[in-house]
Amino acid sequence: MKRALKIYLEKPELAGILLLVVLTVFFEVRSNGVFLSFQNIRGVLGLLPEVGAVTIGFAMLMICGEFDLSVGSVFAITPMSIALMLNAGVAFWPAFAVGVLICAIIGFLNAFITLKFDIPSFITTLGMLFMVRSLTIVMSGGFPPLLAVDKVPMALFTDFIGGGLFRASFVWFVALVLLASAIMARTNFGNWISATGGFIEAARSMGIPVTRVKFTCFMMCSVLAGLAGTVQVFRLKSPFPNLGESLELQAIAGSVIGGVALTGGVGTVFGAVVGALLIRVIDNGLVLSRIDANWFKFAIGALTVFAVVGNSWLRRTARRIKLEV
Amino acid sequence: MPTPIISIRGLHKWYSGVHALNGIDLDLEPGEPVGLVGDNGAGKSTLIKVLSGVELPDSGEIRVEGRPVSIRSPKSAMRLGIETVYQYNSLVPNMTVARNLFIGREPLTFSAGGIGIMNQRKMREDSIRAIAEVDLHLRSPDTPVGELSGGQRQGVAIARAMYFKSKVLILDEPTNHLSVRETSKVLGFVKGLAAQNVTAILISHNLHHVFVSCRRVVAMARGKIVLDKKIAETSIDEIVDVI
Repeated sequence: MKRALKIYLEKPELAGILLLVVLTVFFEVRSNGVFLSFQNIRGVLGLLPEVGAVTIGFAMLMICGEFDLSVGSVFAITPMSIALMLNAGVAFWPAFAVGVLICAIIGFLNAFITLKFDIPSFITTLGMLFMVRSLTIVMSGGFPPLLAVDKVPMALFTDFIGGGLFRASFVWFVALVLLASAIMARTNFGNWISATGGFIEAARSMGIPVTRVKFTCFMMCSVLAGLAGTVQVFRLKSPFPNLGESLELQAIAGSVIGGVALTGGVGTVFGAVVGALLIRVIDNGLVLSRIDANWFKFAIGALTVFAVVGNSWLRRTARRIKLEV
Repeated sequence: MPTPIISIRGLHKWYSGVHALNGIDLDLEPGEPVGLVGDNGAGKSTLIKVLSGVELPDSGEIRVEGRPVSIRSPKSAMRLGIETVYQYNSLVPNMTVARNLFIGREPLTFSAGGIGIMNQRKMREDSIRAIAEVDLHLRSPDTPVGELSGGQRQGVAIARAMYFKSKVLILDEPTNHLSVRETSKVLGFVKGLAAQNVTAILISHNLHHVFVSCRRVVAMARGKIVLDKKIAETSIDEIVDVI
């Protein structure tokens, strides 16, 4: 019993889950039952895959001990390039493949510059944030180009499946969550990611290819951000050049709320999903409760601090439960 | 004389003008625990780094069981059966005992290109058994290493080396920051290695620790070996004099 309690208190995502339950109840009451209505859940789950996929990639990179501030810009440049290629007469799948390749290259550059010159990824990716955003705006000429909607197989991306609760993107998202969780929890590669972020000297001395692990995480993070942006553009049907601005901050907040440690080594994919869902819930719940939308950032900020304080308190409590080890 | 487990001839290493290793010749007998002592900067850490694959020597020859080898990485050292327990500890605090024991050498049930699904059941069962082998008894393989005491952590690191059948175990200041009781526990682990025919190399500033747990002592100064004797034939005073 004591052991079970200790194990649960030590779960890094516990504070996030508790907050999610509390806020769901709160908004359900405040909105007189609209919050958990079919239509509203449909709306929340429709948007979750976009910020969710970014947060998962971001969280895995953070667990391996690095950082990527350029996710918001990658989120914009990928769909922008796909839209421009479609307009230039390229068929959908080649354009899509090139779009994914572009984000992979940006992730590769982030990793290469960070590791080759041994500088903090915070700096590398801050630079990349500005450069990629600027490129996106230059490419677009300052105006959102038209999206050739008829060329996009929407059924594979954002259409509601059978007019039901879920968009196609949600199915992809669930698959992503399962795959990423399995990688982190069950594969040796997940073990290497945690070890690299947890204590890089130990990882290196045990022969883990830490450079390769970091390259992979940087590239995964970028590709997921690019795909998420593409899904959002297909949903909105227009590639705005300023899409995803300050998304990196939401990704950090989501990861941290979900229990990912800023210092690396700690965190779960499930926690990141909980964090992303919390952000969606607050965004949506504030509107439904007729609270001025400008409070959104305040709420996210307060929540971030609160979740981290709560988490470290829970962990300290768990540590005080003495067991014979 | 049996074939030395490790035989070093004419090993040199320079660090930006500093001659860190200046012609090291050394033979280690199987199962004979050796204490490696010397002041800071004497070259003992460099020697250890070369043996564990962290640094490459500039010249010289290393033989393992009579075969000339080149130790290019920690992984290749481990493949030759040379394992290192570092003073800062080579375990990841946030990870469980079971995961730490198998870092980089996870048993896989299915794999493609070296990446695959870990056999977590085997990891948990074997880790508990491996730890019991060094007389350390932990109830759960799921305890994060960060919750163990310093001595228990060194026990886990030593158990890991034993589990993977290492022939040479290098212990770099394993008793730093440990309490008296924990220290004697770790020295006990070191003494126990000889019985399993594992050659221990103990690096320590504390000569007393070397004298209670080793059979031979090698002292270094300015990149050279200045003394190499059986413990029974020397004294702490003699060693302090040369280093």
